[in-house]
Amino acid sequence: MRTSLILILLAMLGTSGCASVKIEPWVKPYERANLADPIMSFERDPLAASYLQHVFESREGARGAVGGSHGGCGCN
Amino acid sequence: MKKTAFIAMVAALLLAANAWSAKTTLLHKPAPDFTLKSLEGPNIKLSELRGDVVLINFWASWCGPCRQEMPLLEELNTKYAPMGFTMLGVNVEQDSTAAKSMLAELGISFPILFDDQNSVSESYDVIAMPTTIVVDRDGNVQYVHHGYKPGDEDKYQDAIRSAIRQ
Amino acid sequence: MNTRYLLPTMLTALLSAGVANAATLPEDRTDLLYHSYEGDGADINGPALVVRKSFGDKVSLSGKYYVDSVSSASIDVVTTASAYSEERIETSFGASYLYDATVFSLNVTNSDENDFLGRSYFFSVSQEMFGALTTLSLGYGRGDDTVSRNGDDVFEDEIDRQHYQLGLTQVLTKNWIASVDYEAITDEGFLNNPYRSVRYQDDSTRGYAYESELYPRTRTSNSLSLRTRYYLKHGAALSFDYRYFSDTWDIEAHTVGVGYVHKFRDNWTFEAGYRHYTQTQAEFYSDLFERPQAQNFLARDKELSSFSNHMGRVGVTYAFSKKILPFVERGTVNLYFNRLRFDYENFSDLRVGAPVGEEPLFGFDANVIQFYVSVWY
Repeated sequence: MRTSLILILLAMLGTSGCASVKIEPWVKPYERANLADPIMSFERDPLAASYLQHVFESREGARGAVGGSHGGCGCN
Repeated sequence: MKKTAFIAMVAALLLAANAWSAKTTLLHKPAPDFTLKSLEGPNIKLSELRGDVVLINFWASWCGPCRQEMPLLEELNTKYAPMGFTMLGVNVEQDSTAAKSMLAELGISFPILFDDQNSVSESYDVIAMPTTIVVDRDGNVQYVHHGYKPGDEDKYQDAIRSAIRQ
Repeated sequence: MNTRYLLPTMLTALLSAGVANAATLPEDRTDLLYHSYEGDGADINGPALVVRKSFGDKVSLSGKYYVDSVSSASIDVVTTASAYSEERIETSFGASYLYDATVFSLNVTNSDENDFLGRSYFFSVSQEMFGALTTLSLGYGRGDDTVSRNGDDVFEDEIDRQHYQLGLTQVLTKNWIASVDYEAITDEGFLNNPYRSVRYQDDSTRGYAYESELYPRTRTSNSLSLRTRYYLKHGAALSFDYRYFSDTWDIEAHTVGVGYVHKFRDNWTFEAGYRHYTQTQAEFYSDLFERPQAQNFLARDKELSSFSNHMGRVGVTYAFSKKILPFVERGTVNLYFNRLRFDYENFSDLRVGAPVGEEPLFGFDANVIQFYVSVWY
């Protein structure tokens, strides 16, 4: 398990870190009109979303990985 | 064990991130020329403004910081227009409906151009919204700024002043 | 788990990435929510308020106040205890700091009930990279809870909880964004519900008796989720969410959600969604044990049984841009209605008279209402 992890890590290092590949952003900042629309956000209203998660968590065995505050559209 | 996996994933992602590199800058090079139609109707060609200091601001109605700086750009325009200065607002949206209603609301008087094909945004390497460029009297790029935070308007003003003084 | 090196490693790594693109702090907004849950004989409602404000261009602070007013005569209460009412008050304080393309956040939360005291903090770092196409976030949290039991002055125990989060949000196309999140949670301490009992067969006329639940004192869970949003034409978007969950108690769960949002004219947004949840039981769960102390660990908590639920959701948002107050720029008024149906596969409804072991299975419906007003300034 540990060895395989190190191998994966080395592989990723080989394909990205050391190679001088330039990755162009395929969605430019000026092309984010739709992504910037609030209907595309994972959490339009954080308080309402966290309340609903609380409803689920107190009645279900599962928990976690429900996302959080991190944005992601890069629409600044 | 779990922790090792966690750190490994993070490290891999960050290594990948380091491979990212931005394009070479436009700074101190001739500003790419363009012709775009304006809100008022006629086309505006950058090279025809040679002799003036030109500030080009790439903006969109969906971009919060752009909305925030618009009135401040208007102020700069009013202040420096008599000294051989032109402000150009380049809207990057395909559909300009929202942009037009925003301009009407804010009462913007400087020329607004529509880069609905994004070709100008591409040639100016707009890597953040908004992006602000100052072109000197000889048509060279003097100043490039990505994004907007309150206070950045002072940097724009400094760049305009130094270009006018040259 | 030794966590001493984890945070410094995360921080150094993030800062050395240094691929600048302007990240942003959360928006300045205030939300006032009224929430109501009605189902299985329980009524839980109350207000909640979150205020967020930035100071300068680097710091954003937030405060939260949340109340659950509970009056419960749920199946657990009816069959083994008496109806009760209580109040839970949660307060939290958060601070975010923007450094280049990185946002650091710290959140401290206090939760207060007459038989439960929760104190937790959560630290997270999120960073934009690859021309802001990718956002990576890392989080670590810790909770210290004190559990007591009403009517029992002697009993008091603790729970120590740790969270590890890793999230990656990726812009895929101009119209498509996806996010993958992983979270590991470890608990140590008193993990039982202090009021619930297990039942076992005996020779009484009823055919069964009760004894206390007994859970392991440790639990570790792993969750992996995929969330995605797709923009359709004309102000409409589709969402799809999936989460896989498993833990060391042998619970395995799947959550699937789909949603549709549609903007109408300038001011209205309509939303509809469906969510399905299903889980397997904890290994030490049984609806009816054969004898007392049948095994090391014992549970008959329905949250640890095999069950599934469905939820339908509809909501409407009205946006206004008038300055209702001098400092307010815009706002929304929102109303959401959620209906849930729970079906238990091995948790019997003991309120119904039937020979032991032949009782009908339990199930219930619940209505959840959220009404809130949000303003941005």
